[in-house]
Amino acid sequence: MSPNKTIHLTVNGVHYERTVEPRLLLVDFLRDVLDLTGTHIGCEHGVCGACTVLVDGRSMRSCLLFAIQLEGSMIETVESLGTVDKLHPLQESFREYHALQCGFCTPGMLMTGIDLLRTKTLATDEEIRDGLSGNLCRCTGYEHIVAAIRATAKSRKEIT
Amino acid sequence: MKPPSFEYVAPTSLQEASQVLADAKGDAKILAGGQSLVPMLNFRLLKPQILVDINHIPDLDFIREHEGRISVGALTRHYVLETSPIIINRFPIIAEAMHHVAHLAIRNRGTIGGSLSHADPAAELPLMAILLNARLNTESFSGRRTIEAKDFFVSALTNALEDDEIVREIEFPYLPRSTGWGFEEFAQRRGDFAVAAAAVTVTVSNGRCTEGRIAVIGGETVIRAPDAEALLQGSTLDDNTLAATARSTAQSTQFNSDLRATSEFRSHLVKSLTLRALEAAKTRALGKRS
Repeated sequence: MSPNKTIHLTVNGVHYERTVEPRLLLVDFLRDVLDLTGTHIGCEHGVCGACTVLVDGRSMRSCLLFAIQLEGSMIETVESLGTVDKLHPLQESFREYHALQCGFCTPGMLMTGIDLLRTKTLATDEEIRDGLSGNLCRCTGYEHIVAAIRATAKSRKEIT
Repeated sequence: MKPPSFEYVAPTSLQEASQVLADAKGDAKILAGGQSLVPMLNFRLLKPQILVDINHIPDLDFIREHEGRISVGALTRHYVLETSPIIINRFPIIAEAMHHVAHLAIRNRGTIGGSLSHADPAAELPLMAILLNARLNTESFSGRRTIEAKDFFVSALTNALEDDEIVREIEFPYLPRSTGWGFEEFAQRRGDFAVAAAAVTVTVSNGRCTEGRIAVIGGETVIRAPDAEALLQGSTLDDNTLAATARSTAQSTQFNSDLRATSEFRSHLVKSLTLRALEAAKTRALGKRS
């Protein structure tokens, strides 16, 4: 066994100090240690995108990162977006355009969508589809997800 | 599916990292972006005793212009290479190829040095390294050396590095003036590993091809097609020459057969993709003759 190490990081604006085993994946750290179960575990090998979170502002697979690597990092998960009473504009758009069915892929879709809205022009649907290509939806409701992101992209100057 | 236990070390210099690798005698792995390594750990295909996280080593994340070449640091993330104005200006073919490297979240984390060292036969960066006659500068406890790309990719997932050796940077020599390029890839989904791909450059002078380069994905490792390249030399890049060159490229190696494609289908794809890439390269070369 390998010695545990204490890490300090910020998740959704809250500072945490926790002692972790080196092999603990970020997704398990979020769900099992911090009880932030909004981030879903799908394939656990970097294919499905369900566990996507933002690390220092960029979307990444939380099943392919170890918590121990993230000393000093700033993590954003789906819990940072909105609440049931006050949805984030992208979540509101997902609701309006029926962009989820079972909802399992939704946290990853939303966090990927946030990265796209922050970093890409999203002038065309092709750009949105390309950006979403790493996220799988088993319900195959892709058209609605693209529509929801397109609608948010059009109005994002108002929301930032 | 959880990774096996390992000891985690985060050195702050390449010398320190190399020392850990040397002491571990092959039982340590370098962790850079982790986009290929961590899936293998999660599947327990690998059980290294030590993971050497090199993300804390300074001065490995850069793209620099030099006389006659650019150099890219090993810890440069894929998205940085994809969007770099230097790359778009100097090596548009690399910028184009980078669009095909995996998906957004993977490009955000994966590194250039990691992709090169992983030596996946279906990956775009090794293809670029082979096509562009790149050099990989490495560091180990015993010193530094330079490995030509053609000597670096030994076979599928096998590179020419020693156990304690780490890729420090990759250098791409500038292409000659009046060089056009083409890149074509076939994958089942955007961002998936290539079933087959072709990357070419043609350099022209007074209407004739003075140098043609062809590199393809589809075999045991990325390869150049020297017999096909020879057909371009001295030609006017007429339709017959391009077609013959594409046919020759399709016969340049034994292509892989797997669940996604048979060897025959890959050979057919390579022929079509090479022809398209050659036509694009010709148009670009003639369009910017100077």
